[in-house]
Amino acid sequence: MADPMRIRAQVAGDKATVRVLMAHEMESGQRKDAAGKTIPAWHIQDVTAQHNGKTVMTAQWGPAVSKNPFLQFNVKGAKAGDKITVSWVDNKGDKRTDEATVS
Amino acid sequence: MTNIQGVVLAVAVVATMGASAQQRTAADGIAEYRKMLEDGNPAELSEAKGEALWKQKRGPKNASMEACDLGKGPGKVKGVFVELPRHFADTGKVQDLESRLLSCMSMLQGFDAAEIAKTPFGRGEQANIEGLVAWISAESRGLKFNLPQSHPEEKKMAELGKRAFFYRAGPYDFSCASCHGEAGKRIRLQDLPDLTQNPGDGIGFAAWPAYRVSSGDLWSMQRRLNDCYRQQRFPFPGYASDVTVALGTYMGVNAKGAVSIAPAIKR
Repeated sequence: MADPMRIRAQVAGDKATVRVLMAHEMESGQRKDAAGKTIPAWHIQDVTAQHNGKTVMTAQWGPAVSKNPFLQFNVKGAKAGDKITVSWVDNKGDKRTDEATVS
Repeated sequence: MTNIQGVVLAVAVVATMGASAQQRTAADGIAEYRKMLEDGNPAELSEAKGEALWKQKRGPKNASMEACDLGKGPGKVKGVFVELPRHFADTGKVQDLESRLLSCMSMLQGFDAAEIAKTPFGRGEQANIEGLVAWISAESRGLKFNLPQSHPEEKKMAELGKRAFFYRAGPYDFSCASCHGEAGKRIRLQDLPDLTQNPGDGIGFAAWPAYRVSSGDLWSMQRRLNDCYRQQRFPFPGYASDVTVALGTYMGVNAKGAVSIAPAIKR
């Protein structure tokens, strides 16, 4: 089971700014270990954000995204008390979903 | 966008004030980069992990760390970090945060402290200590360093640390003081704090533990010192060894009054 994300969502005018920190190794598949063997790629592939259950953003990620990625986006029309849900699935099929309330 | 505006502004300032005007130095650029990263400091992930680990029943004795005394009584975490290293009566030693956690993990949870000390940084139980270190230091964020120096052992450790700091040896004839003994020095673009005095709030001793972007790990003071020794081409004195605790005591005493920003973020 993957470690939890940290999600902060704050109202800014007529939108909400969402900041997400994900805990993931994001191994690119280009590096070699001490024995010279390639370390297999292991990274987040799909990211989905939902606002009160409605999908508002999807993203496809690759090996170029850093370890422990930070993601920031705005949700138009989100108000205080709304629920923001972020999910990711990595290339090994591991997944994680976390929820935050807009403040 | 902001960067372009920044450059335009800098050019305008230089144009109006002439050659003597302050230019954007490399240090300003790094400060700006850190500011941008602060908002998403992955040390937060380690903090969350550490808080959960503190309360979780683990190890051969299946116990949590909540009975661990970090200097302000069992289970007290707030404000302990800015008063470490200090003397502990039960072990009879001056200990920094990491060596104290090792003691608690062996006394309360039944882990083999020597085994953990031998584990490479970032692996196994070492990775768990990094989480604990991140959370415990975060609980003292914004507080001022104020190491106790009333016990004779604490004074002795500060003195030992001072000697270790100025001890020159190795193939480069280096000491800690070679780089950290005066203000205004740098390695490549990194400013080096003068650790023989208080270098200021959130600088030097008051900025560690920190998340290192270049390695993608949370670095404790022990790991920071390990890397300093590696750069001096010294052998590492050993995890949680007396000399590393002594150096921590010396730097901590010098940093008296500095505000801790740990866990910080470093390039």
